Amino acid sequence: MANVLVFAESRAGELRKVALEAVTAGRKLAELSGGGDVHVVLAGAAGIGAKAGALAAHGADKVLVLEDAGFTQYNPEALAATLAAQLKGGAYGFGLFSGTSHGRDLSPRVAAKLGVGLVPDLTGFTVEGGAVVGQHPINNAKVIATLVLEGTPTLLSVRPAAFAPLADARALVTEAMSSAVDPTASRVKVIELKQGNTDKIDLNDAPVIVAGGRGLKAAANFSLCEDLADAFGNAAVGATRAVTDDGWRPHSDQIGQTGRNVSPDLYIAAGISGAIQHLAGMRTSRTIVAINKDKDAPIFKIADYGIVGDALEVLPVLTAAVKAAKAS
Amino acid sequence: MKIAVCIKRVPVMEVKFAITADGSRYEETGLKYDINDFDLWAIEAALQLKEKAGAGSVHVVCLGPNAAQEQIRKAMAMGADSGVLLESDVRTYDGLTVARALAAELKDGGYDLILFGRVAVDSMNQMTGPMVAELLDLPVVTNVFKLDINGATGRAERVLEGASEVVEFPLPAVLTIDDGLNKERLPSLKGIMAAKKKPLDVKPTSLGAPQVTVRSMALPAERSAGRIVGEGADAVPELVRLLQTEAKVL
Repeated sequence: MANVLVFAESRAGELRKVALEAVTAGRKLAELSGGGDVHVVLAGAAGIGAKAGALAAHGADKVLVLEDAGFTQYNPEALAATLAAQLKGGAYGFGLFSGTSHGRDLSPRVAAKLGVGLVPDLTGFTVEGGAVVGQHPINNAKVIATLVLEGTPTLLSVRPAAFAPLADARALVTEAMSSAVDPTASRVKVIELKQGNTDKIDLNDAPVIVAGGRGLKAAANFSLCEDLADAFGNAAVGATRAVTDDGWRPHSDQIGQTGRNVSPDLYIAAGISGAIQHLAGMRTSRTIVAINKDKDAPIFKIADYGIVGDALEVLPVLTAAVKAAKAS
Repeated sequence: MKIAVCIKRVPVMEVKFAITADGSRYEETGLKYDINDFDLWAIEAALQLKEKAGAGSVHVVCLGPNAAQEQIRKAMAMGADSGVLLESDVRTYDGLTVARALAAELKDGGYDLILFGRVAVDSMNQMTGPMVAELLDLPVVTNVFKLDINGATGRAERVLEGASEVVEFPLPAVLTIDDGLNKERLPSLKGIMAAKKKPLDVKPTSLGAPQVTVRSMALPAERSAGRIVGEGADAVPELVRLLQTEAKVL
């Protein structure tokens, strides 16, 4: 039996979906190791504690609430020190992070402070006698390595979207936590968070992704992807590297080897030929739809459904059809 | 401006990998090797910082097999001034043992900046840079795609999912470089000639006992090709029907 400490990620005072995924993964880890408790660290400015309920609803036995103005923005140095101090006491067998930009910035710092190993970006795991045995994509996700990590505590991060959040309600128990170090003394200071369009769902949170490539011919034509995303209502717009390199879309929208890994329920690739670097970032999507003029484009080799045609002509018709389907 | 760039020799990924019969690793016969993409962008960032400062040096540090001298020479051909190979044939997935070896080498170097690529595309560990920073007690900013150094302070912008953060930090510091900061230059013929004469130290290196070990490797489940629903906008009604009734995603 071992307890699990989970770091719950928030942004601008809101819990992220990956935080619920991490709690679900933490719950699984606790059960596999014989039924320990799941404690979740929730850090932010005053008021962040109000978000603790969603964590308990997904299986957190206790939420450690760190409310401090010094954590309004991501504060990696103070967070790493605080999490390392919490894990050091021997109360935890595992420390679990989301495999996000923040999680993969924070977890190595904590691992190095504690002198323990870290297995990152797991898509699945089991526990064998206190060791984590987990699946980690390597070589641009073209090979899956099964890694064994021993150590106390054992640190891991889980790949976004690999663990769907499961409702597993517990009574809400919170406990105030304070920073292990002066959070205003951090050398690395986040001075601004630039949210893209705050109305839009993040790519890693979106159940549906509409992605566009060079086949859209011009930056302005991405409005057709935006329209289709709006018709779904739960969709985000992504892009290929060719398109972000050309400045048609922001860098943070890039899906693929040098961008982000996504695995939504539905991935619609519009005007994307399917370079392997792009496929590396989206091939785990549950259902893939490809729209491309070239019937021999590699994207059709992994797509569940394909339409051979000009995305500029197909997208508006698809948008209208999705609107109609949603309305009925 | 004294800059160190940590680089890795990785297989060229545009191949179909095969797993050995015992399932313990991927087959290495026939693989080609190059500098990890993200490390190329880190080298480019270092060269540009040196050029902008008008003075300084770029030193390349690589942990890898003897053959990785080839990658260090390529970095020199791009413009790096010197290099060291921490020679080890061990391919480990334990980031902390790698970070400890690199930190020991970098500790007394007096670097203003230590740059890494955001992630090595082979191990996909994405942890060595921040671990080295912790071991050396240096500030670290990861996933940097915009960078401005002004005297003893820096300002960087780092990628988040669907957003970004502007970060200020003091030098010396560790940065991990993401795509988007700049495209790497190609080595010139003159650069290739000059690289042959640049100092390259080779130091036999033994890594500590790993806490992370590989049990097995496998190829991901193949996605089977689906079906072409039809051509052009006329195929949309059938696609929507399939998304509703078969895939159940609409």
